[in-house]
Amino acid sequence: MTILMTFIQKAIGQSISILFGATGEIITEKSGNLNLGIPGIMYMGGIAGLMAAFFYERASAAPIGFIGLLLSFAATLIVSALGGLLFCFLTVTLHANQNVVGLSLTTFGIGFGNFFGGSISKLAGGVGQISVATTASAYRADIPVLSKIPVIGDLLFSYGFLTYLSIIVALVIGRFLMHTRKGLNLRSVGEDPATADAAGINVTRYKYIATTVGAAIAGLGGLYFVMEYLGGTWTNNGFGDRGWLAIALVILALWKPLNAIWGSLLFGSLFILYIYTPGLTRATQELFKMLPYVITIVVLVITSKRDKLENQPPSSLGESYYREDR
Amino acid sequence: MDSEVAIRLQNVTKRFGDIIANDNVNLLVKKGEILSILGENGSGKTTLMNMLSGIYFPDHGDITVHGKKVTIRSPKDAFALGIGMIHQHFKLIDVLTAAENIILGLPGNESLDMKSIVAEINELVAKYGFDLDPEQKIYDMSVSQKQTVEIVKVLYRGAEILILDEPTAVLTPQETSKLFDVLRNMRKAGKSIIIITHKLNEVMELSDRVTVLRKGQYIGSVETSDASIDLLTEMMVGQKIDLEIDRTEPLPFVGRIEVKNITCRNRDGVAILKDVSFTSSAGEILGIAGIAGSGQKELLEAIAGLQEIESGEILYHSPEGETVTISDMKAADIRDLKISLAFVPEDRLGMGLVGSMDLTDNIMLRSYNEGKHFFANRKNPRKLATRIVEKLSVVTPSVDTPVRKLSGGNVQKILLGREIASSPNVLMVAYPVRGLDINSSYMIYNLLGDQKQKGASVICVGEDLDVLMALCDRIVVLSGGELTGIVDARTISKEAIGLLMTSSKKGGAQHAE
Ligand SMILES: Nc1ncnc2c1ncn2[C@@H]1O[C@H](COP(=O)(O)OP(=O)(O)O)[C@@H](O)[C@H]1O
Ligand SMILES: [Mg+2]
Repeated sequence: MTILMTFIQKAIGQSISILFGATGEIITEKSGNLNLGIPGIMYMGGIAGLMAAFFYERASAAPIGFIGLLLSFAATLIVSALGGLLFCFLTVTLHANQNVVGLSLTTFGIGFGNFFGGSISKLAGGVGQISVATTASAYRADIPVLSKIPVIGDLLFSYGFLTYLSIIVALVIGRFLMHTRKGLNLRSVGEDPATADAAGINVTRYKYIATTVGAAIAGLGGLYFVMEYLGGTWTNNGFGDRGWLAIALVILALWKPLNAIWGSLLFGSLFILYIYTPGLTRATQELFKMLPYVITIVVLVITSKRDKLENQPPSSLGESYYREDR
Repeated sequence: MDSEVAIRLQNVTKRFGDIIANDNVNLLVKKGEILSILGENGSGKTTLMNMLSGIYFPDHGDITVHGKKVTIRSPKDAFALGIGMIHQHFKLIDVLTAAENIILGLPGNESLDMKSIVAEINELVAKYGFDLDPEQKIYDMSVSQKQTVEIVKVLYRGAEILILDEPTAVLTPQETSKLFDVLRNMRKAGKSIIIITHKLNEVMELSDRVTVLRKGQYIGSVETSDASIDLLTEMMVGQKIDLEIDRTEPLPFVGRIEVKNITCRNRDGVAILKDVSFTSSAGEILGIAGIAGSGQKELLEAIAGLQEIESGEILYHSPEGETVTISDMKAADIRDLKISLAFVPEDRLGMGLVGSMDLTDNIMLRSYNEGKHFFANRKNPRKLATRIVEKLSVVTPSVDTPVRKLSGGNVQKILLGREIASSPNVLMVAYPVRGLDINSSYMIYNLLGDQKQKGASVICVGEDLDVLMALCDRIVVLSGGELTGIVDARTISKEAIGLLMTSSKKGGAQHAE
């Protein structure tokens, strides 16, 4: 029982970063932009939040958790949004190839994270010495009272606010996409920008806003990782390939944020399953780590075979749009 | 001038690179009239209309709407001026419903209340006499239903001036007359309508005035009551042309393709061809008639090896006297027997040409595997491309122009030219003149006639019964996947074919051989 409880808690801990990343990528892809820079942007968002908290706590004699939280939250949003903005400028305005820009951005973002992670480590006095304890504890604060309920409290209310925020954001984006005019317009931009354009929708603006907002949301995944998961420190490449899992999750979720919620739980569970499976060697562990990708491929195979059009990626995904082209 | 002017274009010019699509064009549209715009393929009709609907921006020239000089920078500007366009290639999003497509991009309550939107649309649908279910998904719709969505979309936006770009090119005669009724209702409601069409009888039947463009230039406008088909043709083409298809006698009957009791199912398991049998002859044009979707496409594809056959077989009797069962061969091997298929789909895109490649490369697509060298030989295809361009008067800056830059009709000529150039023994064409202007259409009819005289077995799926009856020797009629008759095109009446098209075998339709 306790081991199951720990497993669930740990799985949720793994899934939140992925969920933020996937939600951000979904809204981005709904505009027709395939932003493969999301994994890098998550690194950028993470380090930006950490740095803001770090410098705040260094400068202040008696740092207040809530202020550290606000500052780091804002820093993450700004820096990761800038990553999305850069992607848009290159692909939408300059019509550069989305795959190339995305992959470069990921390489850049990981380097950016590691570089500044290293720099502030030095300031802090060595690798692993960064600590933003005050801010991190604000991120880790669970829900008072409710978390004290036996079992249910541990299971549902023992997490920091980013966990709940990730689910709320996914629900809000899901509702936005399906039940609002702007959501409808955005979907049409991703399906067929020429049609959206002819209907009087400002394609460029929608692509910019969706991609920038998407990047900001994804950046929160990085913030969650450094603050709640790691407890306010940095290890180089520590975030690993969670960003790619987020992109795989978009496919598994069939571009629906609601599906991403349970999908991220599934991925989170599979991600740590090897720890809880007895009798694995190093080699078989690696096989277990492949599971999320295997499932994604299986879903891809199933959905690509005679499935409903609604479950396919946005038709114009990855293509740039010029009005006078044909 | 007594009636009010809705739109006036003066000296409007638009270039694309080296091409002058519109050269100082003038146009006048009055309130409450139906104006036809006539012109051959590539004469700049679509470009001109796109400048009214905000897709393109003119290089120079003035646009006046309801007496005020305007600048139309985007489709949004056009809507604001009450101008709505129904494009040649529909601009609809497949995964959305009709209603969602109709409200796309419109301001309004941020939270979508589809119920009341659907009710509003239904009101509009009733007012003009459309036939539309607003909650149906676009991908479930027929071409004519999609067109209805486009028209309702424009009306819902409160358009006072409607532009329709070749709306009838993809409609059956019944659907066309339904559309015309709706357009007349709109004229009655005071709307101005601009309609682009190639079909002169439609121009005569529907419009109040006609404006003619030729090679990007404005030729003139006439009242329809003062016009005749001959006059309009001359204005369009610049010279008198002969509007007779000269049909030669077929060569003596020699079986070429023998279809024996074939049955095919589509992806959903519905029988789309039911026990169909006939034999085509060398040196004849065999027409295939039927209401859209009666199995015409599947029949040709079955012969070409592109459609799986459930039962029955297809034999090919070669000119050398051999008999081959092609129904169990692969498409590529069938093509090697010089059995070729040129299919012009309803939306005219994606018809076996690669848009971003130039003419030469597209010609090569068809013949590259004949090359004996590892490196593709571009010389011959280039010569062929040049010959096709000359012979079919394809309007293009050069054979190195990407195909997608050509206007639809010109793309189609390349497609057919390429198939004909392989001097096939069996030439199957589907909708070969879909959307083509008359000059090009007659050119294609004559090309098919030439092939017949050379001894090819030509099989032609067509939409226009008048043309099928003037072009073909025999006509196979399909109805709901069943063969309901094989008739002599020279003696049959249009009504009799029409009857076969809607009858079922059980109803007792006769085979007339
Ligand atoms: N977007 C474009 N880019 C390049 N050339 C174009 C474009 N649109 C049209 N053209 C060219 O302009 C000419 C007129 O085309 P179009 O207006 O489509 O003719 P029509 O509608 O009368 O058949 C053609 O030669 C066509 O190839
Ligand atoms: Mg056109």
